Amino acid sequence: MRNLVTASLLTVAMGLPAAAQDSGGRLDIVLQPEPPSLMLGMVQNAPTQLVAGDIFESLLRYDTDLNPQPSLAKSWEISEDALTYTFKLHEDVKWHDGEPFTSADVVFAVDKLLRETNPRLRVSLEHVESITAPDDHTVVFQLKNPFGPFIGVFEAGTMPILPKHIYEGTDYLNNPANNTPIGTGPYKFNEWEKGNYIHLVKNEDYYLDDQPYLDEVYYRIIPDAASRAVAFENGEVDVLPGGSVENWDVKRLVEMDGVCSTGKGWEYFAPHAMAWMNNREGPTADKNFRKAVMYAMDREFVRDVIWNGFGKVATSPVSSKTNFYTDDTIMYDHNAEKAEEMLAASGYDGEEVRILPLPYGETWQRWAEAMKQNLDEVGINSTVVATDVAGWNQKQSDWDFDIAFTYLYQYGDPALGVSRSYLSSNIEKGSPWNNVAGYVNEEVDAMFDEAAVAATPEARQELYTKIQQQLVDDVPVAWLLEIEFPTIYRCEVKDLVTTAIGVNDGLRDAWIEQ
Amino acid sequence: MTLAAAIFGRAAKALITLLLIVILNFFLIHAAPGDPAMVMAGEAGAADEQFIQQLREQFGLDQPLYVQFWNYVSGVLQLDLGYSYRQQMPVLDLILDRLPATLLLTLTAFGMSLLLGVVFGMAAAARQGKWGDSAITSMALLFYATPLFWVALMAVVLFSVKLGWFPAFGYGTVGADLSGFEMVLDRLRHLFLPALTLGLFFMAVYLRMTRSSVLEVSQMDFVKTARSKGLTEGTIRRRHILRNALLPVVTLAGLQAGQLVGGAVLTETVFAWPGIGRLMFESLTARDYNTLLGVFLVSAAMVIAFNIITDIVYRLIDPRI
Repeated sequence: MRNLVTASLLTVAMGLPAAAQDSGGRLDIVLQPEPPSLMLGMVQNAPTQLVAGDIFESLLRYDTDLNPQPSLAKSWEISEDALTYTFKLHEDVKWHDGEPFTSADVVFAVDKLLRETNPRLRVSLEHVESITAPDDHTVVFQLKNPFGPFIGVFEAGTMPILPKHIYEGTDYLNNPANNTPIGTGPYKFNEWEKGNYIHLVKNEDYYLDDQPYLDEVYYRIIPDAASRAVAFENGEVDVLPGGSVENWDVKRLVEMDGVCSTGKGWEYFAPHAMAWMNNREGPTADKNFRKAVMYAMDREFVRDVIWNGFGKVATSPVSSKTNFYTDDTIMYDHNAEKAEEMLAASGYDGEEVRILPLPYGETWQRWAEAMKQNLDEVGINSTVVATDVAGWNQKQSDWDFDIAFTYLYQYGDPALGVSRSYLSSNIEKGSPWNNVAGYVNEEVDAMFDEAAVAATPEARQELYTKIQQQLVDDVPVAWLLEIEFPTIYRCEVKDLVTTAIGVNDGLRDAWIEQ
Repeated sequence: MTLAAAIFGRAAKALITLLLIVILNFFLIHAAPGDPAMVMAGEAGAADEQFIQQLREQFGLDQPLYVQFWNYVSGVLQLDLGYSYRQQMPVLDLILDRLPATLLLTLTAFGMSLLLGVVFGMAAAARQGKWGDSAITSMALLFYATPLFWVALMAVVLFSVKLGWFPAFGYGTVGADLSGFEMVLDRLRHLFLPALTLGLFFMAVYLRMTRSSVLEVSQMDFVKTARSKGLTEGTIRRRHILRNALLPVVTLAGLQAGQLVGGAVLTETVFAWPGIGRLMFESLTARDYNTLLGVFLVSAAMVIAFNIITDIVYRLIDPRI
């Protein structure tokens, strides 16, 4: 047996400083925008994940180095041939309505419900032969082939375990229980006053002794970014999750007395900002033109000025926080001369290039303007198109752009969050989350396919290194920044960010110093 | 024509207007790029064809547009505003949930601006050309010309951040579990800044209109007659001047009252006030068709209702009409 993890030991080890944690208190967290629903697994919006990560749990959690940690599963084993994953579940877990939680819930949630409703999990489940429950507290996933990233999909947002007794035999998407979510998590749903707040209360029957520590949590819906900053300054809220205030406010808030911040808690997502370049038509169809864009952009300036120093210049399609990253690739520095050279080689005739910004606030608008200025400097004629969220999605889905800003989550592994943007089999109109640029390279396709199912990490690394070298040379998209969204909170709040998804599932361990 | 007949005639026309508004809105909204399924898929950060198809089926968007149109219009005719699939709630419930907050805010601002506008406008007219008049009109000009958004932010900085007198945003102290008098007081404290922000602009409008209207009416012959009859200045002002000068103000107030439901988007956003304006704006960005159409319908109905009410008020103020 390889990778045998005796998680009960781990739990004991983690539980040791328990004496130091204070119980009680209320936490107010900013939530923006208001989520359409809290039904994780059917709705995947970021704010849904932020709130519902306290209500629902998956089998595992991940530390900030992406190592699996126990959650609903107290221990797990992966067989020698990497085909059988066996999970032992905690035995005294109850749903929020008092029903016992068993392996049947896991089999139902994953094999039936999520397979139908969660596109992100569906991709991984294609590698799964069967999911069985030999007894009430054991679940076995039998794979068709080795699938390296599989150990990374047991995260609350990807695979939330939902109650069989409520959903079996119903129309999942229209089940009335979707408005009153029932999970196994450390906090129970209490009330949602639309447009105002969502209130969660402590789950007194939680299976970990003494946990959770907080009595109640209010997620406060505050639609204006400046008001959110004021709310934190005034002490109305205690936590600003990453991205809830504009960048220029971050510095001022962090410098206040008693305020702490951390860039951790985003490792699983590793948000990678990039700009699709239309590989099908227009100037961007030419590789030399795309290289000219890479050399023209001053990404350090963007990081230092527009993002106030947060983040890191992206050098590859894989984030440096994600597994299998390599820096052994071509590096594009800010170099106007090289850009002009490449531009000349591309035979660019001055055709206007349309830049589609991301309609997610001022920062992104300014970023598009900075890019336009950089392009102007090397003689590329460009214009920034005005859009809103729906229009942005539509334009990407219809391939109606030359350069389009976006940022994508990587989910810890290139096979989960990177390959989807470059595989030619993933070119399809109608979705903003596939190979939108229209990049086609059979060699890269073959290597991605092989790397996903290669048996050892070493074999995978070798393939992913080659892939990254090839992609960076082909520049199907312009990689911009590895974005960092600092979480800002009052220093009395302890252990808020301990996992790779940060505040999303962090409240299980969080406590307030009394 | 009797009052009842007039109201009946107006109401019949109003219903036809409403129906036309519904039809126009329906097609305008569907002409905007993107649909709710695309927005949901966009927000999800991951989507395949099956996911988007599922959403479209769930939202009823897989049906041809004319079927969707017929379903909607026949629903509205039966007073069923449809279902918000995004928010998983009937649209009528969503709107009724948000309506009290908006009405509280806009009616307060409306009442305040009308009262202060008329009082200050008359005061300014009575002191025409003197420093009191200049002070009042300058203040009005300032509030009239300053963008609402900026006034809101400055009010927050002054009254909330610096002085700490009023909460910066929100509909009440969250989780305080207040009741009775304390709850009313808490609500009023939260109401102050948004109502002030929203009210200042319209106060300036009413003030300027009242002032010029009073000055105009004061020059008229019947005022001279009244004066020569020996009536006191106060009586002339109340019974002769004000009553006539108010007509244009009432017209304007009627127009503004129509916007009570949908007109506070900005204020509701800055002050996190859970009202209809925000619901409308958020539904627009999410392309939540049914909710958006519902809010438009309710707003349109309000505009029409207030137009009718304005007409009635005219008759009360000026029996000649």
